[in-house]
Amino acid sequence: MNTLLDISGLRKAYPGVVANDDVAFDIAPGEVHALLGENGAGKSTLVKMIYGLVQPDEGQMHLHGRPYAPTSPKDARAAGVSMVFQHFSLFEALSVRENIALGLDEAIAPRVLADRIRSVSKDYGLPLDPDRLIGDLSVGERQRVEIVRCLLQDPRLLIMDEPTSVLTPQEVNILFDTLRLLSKRGVAILYISHKLDEIRVLCDRATILRGGKVVATCIPRDETPRSLAEMMIGSTLADPPLRRAVPGRTLLKLTGLSLPTHDPFGVSLQGIDLTLHAGEVTGIAGVAGNGQDELVEVLSGEQLVEPGMIRLDNTPVGGLSPNRRRSLGLLTAPEERLGHAAAPDMSLTDNTMLTGRVRQRLSTQGFLKWNVASNFARAVIKQFDVRTPGVDTPARALSGGNLQKFVIGREVMQKPRVLVVNQPTWGVDAAAAASIRQSLRDLAAAGASVLVISQDLDELMEMSDQFAVIAGGKLSPTRPAGSISIEEIGRMMGGGDAA
Amino acid sequence: MMEVIGLNADVTIQQSLFYILTTLLPIMVIAATPLVLASTGELIVEKSGVLNLGVEGMMVMGAVIGFITAVETGTPVAGFILAAVAGGLLALIFGFLTQVLLSNQVATGLALTLFGLGLAALMGQTYTGIRPPQTARIDIPFVSDAPVLGQMLFSYDWIVYFALALVGAVWWFLNRTRAGLVLRAVGENHDAAHALGYRVIAIRLAAIAFGGACAGMGGAYLSLVRVPQWSEGMTAGIGWIALAIVVFASWKPGRVIIGAWLFGGVTILQLNIQAANLNVLGIAAIVLAVVTIGMIALNLRSMTAKNWIRVAFLGALALLSWAMALTWPAFRLDSAYLSMTPYLMTIVVLVAISGDRTRAALNAPASLGRVFHASS
Repeated sequence: MNTLLDISGLRKAYPGVVANDDVAFDIAPGEVHALLGENGAGKSTLVKMIYGLVQPDEGQMHLHGRPYAPTSPKDARAAGVSMVFQHFSLFEALSVRENIALGLDEAIAPRVLADRIRSVSKDYGLPLDPDRLIGDLSVGERQRVEIVRCLLQDPRLLIMDEPTSVLTPQEVNILFDTLRLLSKRGVAILYISHKLDEIRVLCDRATILRGGKVVATCIPRDETPRSLAEMMIGSTLADPPLRRAVPGRTLLKLTGLSLPTHDPFGVSLQGIDLTLHAGEVTGIAGVAGNGQDELVEVLSGEQLVEPGMIRLDNTPVGGLSPNRRRSLGLLTAPEERLGHAAAPDMSLTDNTMLTGRVRQRLSTQGFLKWNVASNFARAVIKQFDVRTPGVDTPARALSGGNLQKFVIGREVMQKPRVLVVNQPTWGVDAAAAASIRQSLRDLAAAGASVLVISQDLDELMEMSDQFAVIAGGKLSPTRPAGSISIEEIGRMMGGGDAA
Repeated sequence: MMEVIGLNADVTIQQSLFYILTTLLPIMVIAATPLVLASTGELIVEKSGVLNLGVEGMMVMGAVIGFITAVETGTPVAGFILAAVAGGLLALIFGFLTQVLLSNQVATGLALTLFGLGLAALMGQTYTGIRPPQTARIDIPFVSDAPVLGQMLFSYDWIVYFALALVGAVWWFLNRTRAGLVLRAVGENHDAAHALGYRVIAIRLAAIAFGGACAGMGGAYLSLVRVPQWSEGMTAGIGWIALAIVVFASWKPGRVIIGAWLFGGVTILQLNIQAANLNVLGIAAIVLAVVTIGMIALNLRSMTAKNWIRVAFLGALALLSWAMALTWPAFRLDSAYLSMTPYLMTIVVLVAISGDRTRAALNAPASLGRVFHASS
């Protein structure tokens, strides 16, 4: 087998952590090669070295049999290596054409470039209008921009970093068709993902990383998702217990909830109706940027609406501030961990005080009870297995998964009547995600109502008792979980059939 | 004196118009030129995602260095060039602190203003009260001598035309060149620009130096042409108005000229009203009428019902104050109120601009003022 990229003995260490150690693998032309691993396994560092963003401490790379040591993305692109990022490197206020021009190393006249964009995007079945602003595009369309940008440079190796995490199932199918077409034309694809089913469908070979080292190389079609996951984690997985909840009485009711947006790239909420019952987990699916953030802001009280639009125990709360809502038992954990759910430079005790003060009575007559607050923070850390030196650690110093456990735990332990969480396991590795999901289920089992907003369909299918889809600021009617197929949900997420 | 002043009860409308076009307008353009220069520079800086609040400090440095150079060498051009260099160097101190040492941009910018004011005062101590060599006016034969139009359009020194050409060049750079696109990209999302392999810090340093050079030239224009003299703290807040103009212009070069002329005009008007005892109500009527026409002209393509109501309201206000001016020809306002007007205007305009959140958010560079750290 001839080899396109050959990597051996690659090592990269950061202060205090070895990100990659003695990593070796190879990719053949036209091969779709998966890179698998938990968060922190070293996948990102590895592809950054291949793309020239980071230089390895030791080891060699060979491209087409010649030594390959890119010192910048420009070098990498010149050698035929392109990359589509997980967080798109796009500029919202610029047009599609301008964004693509920025990613090309040679200057092309605007009109010529617009024509080339049209022809390449048509060629690969990825329709794009070069004159639209990125801010007006859906996430799937944005990814197309990234891919077309790479294709314009005729790459030999295309690196895709978790490309499907934000797409609807239909968009995933379009993407896979494009990738297969590319691979047929001899382009090698290095595919990074958490989603084991996708890897089994798409990839020819997989390299599995754990703790910065290659632990296995396999052919994913011959493996089960379970065996792949166990290779990634290095231990056996326990099945989540099955459970059937009987919905209790109505806790939270949204009636005709509408909110026009002022943000040019925001989404207006339009006539949302939703009823949450005690003892029930409600899932809301949707592609990012379809009104999830706005809905969370309305529920938390950051955005006020007419009082009657939100009723908690039949009391209108739509006009109440976040703290008043907290005292009534409506708690929220927003998506953005650093800066929204937690203040990055404040300690865990401070962060506990910020959301727990009202409901946990952490203050008397305007004076704060720091001892009680830090005891509560300690309890959260213990109960939710947050790995941190102590309660005085700033929130910024925690890893994503640990901070997420803390943020969720902080709300769960306040014994909410209704808890709203947005993307509870985003960027969290499998083990931590499982424990967060379990704690939310336990909370519902204890009689609270939990509203989970997520882009991870598998997560929602696993957790929810009832299920709705948000698209373009409108919410579909709720359906009992299990009564709806993935294809149907995908269509609703695309906004085709929100009714 | 009273005959040429205009807007006085016993002067005809033709005489007033003549006075405004041939005397007031040229002074307004001259008053606006330092603002055009400084705001254009700051616009580039902000488009690259950096907020440099030290415009005032860089202007005053330019004013003193330009003045000293012009006096010592006898050539104003050398003064302008060295003023630009001095402004650029001072800006690079800011750039080094904020981009390399990652200090807070707001605090560093404020410190730069204080530092510039102090250093300029020290350097200019022995130069107070001297007259600088005169900056030559560009005299085009016949054209400059043409009545009214000649005085209106062709009676300025080269810096005025240079400043206007600079605005045009900046517009072309930002909207038509690849380097301009990269600059906007860096200001829009520095992480993405870095991921694409652009050198964020180098690009920002260049923008900061350019902004400083422009501010320095604007300052030199103050001490060499507009005043022309050196006195301590002579910028008197112009740098801050230049910052406000960038927001007023919603980061678009063409609007910088409109903003600068508006603010420069108000400054000159209040001086003239004070000196000549003009009727404030009449002036207010003219200003309101100009703003009304401007609003129609700027939004011609997208006049909504809401905009028509605004325009009608402003027009009615203009007519009302004109009627009041005719009713009370002898109306006078205390000079203290007039001195406030440029600053009041700044506040009013900024409030009006920020009222339209959608549009402001679309044009504002998204990374403005955010610290960039290339963590890999």
